[in-house]
Amino acid sequence: MGDHGARQLTPLFARRLIQRSGDAYKLNLDGDERDLLRNLGPQFAALLDDPTQPVLERLFPPAYNEQEDLQLQDEYRRLMQEDLVDRHRQEFELLASTAGSDALTGEQLLAWARALNSIRLVLGTHLDVQEDEENRRPESPDEALYQWLTYLLGEVVEALEDQT
Amino acid sequence: MPTAAPVEIKEPEVGEVAAADRPWKVLVWNDPINLMSYVTFVLQKLFGYSREKAHSLMLDVHYKGRAVVSHGPREKAELDVFRLHEHGLWATMEHDS
Repeated sequence: MGDHGARQLTPLFARRLIQRSGDAYKLNLDGDERDLLRNLGPQFAALLDDPTQPVLERLFPPAYNEQEDLQLQDEYRRLMQEDLVDRHRQEFELLASTAGSDALTGEQLLAWARALNSIRLVLGTHLDVQEDEENRRPESPDEALYQWLTYLLGEVVEALEDQT
Repeated sequence: MPTAAPVEIKEPEVGEVAAADRPWKVLVWNDPINLMSYVTFVLQKLFGYSREKAHSLMLDVHYKGRAVVSHGPREKAELDVFRLHEHGLWATMEHDS
């Protein structure tokens, strides 16, 4: 799995990005970070106009991959793909529309987790991220973005797991 | 279809019925992108597993390449796979042998 970037970059981001406060989750993001999320939402939602493009393959994996189940796989794709596309689209839109909020509800933060993870899956596919790349350095804006999203998602998960 | 030939209805063979009723298992596969913490969190959330159980399944995915995360009849397994796909996990289902 892809935790190495997150571990490596943690010292650079000592600031906590999400903090639980009662039932709400405070967003400790600056203006540029909020603008970035506001722009990513519609960019990735637009990619879903063609869900068959290879860079999206990780968003739509096959449910059945045994040779004997190919017919079931066709049926699964026919019945479920549209729902899955709609779901991803709604979450990308929610990410953009709530990027300026002071705080999120638990449900909104969970949708953020799914949206951020989906964006990482697409970017990671585009960047051809491989297992155990301990020393991967951000050499392009896309890689820097990928690593920042990795850190932000880690923060989101940590906040969602905070039961205090 | 051009001709109105009598429609032949294929009766399922006994063996096919048995195959359809066989239970299914849902697998999550390792991938280089999903975060360990996120996978553990999703397994707890979707299946109500304890943190320990979810963590142990996540480690199986990471080190053994895959782990069985649920079992059941086809409809239930398919719903589990769909929910895992909603969360971006690489999940598939196959017959439980």
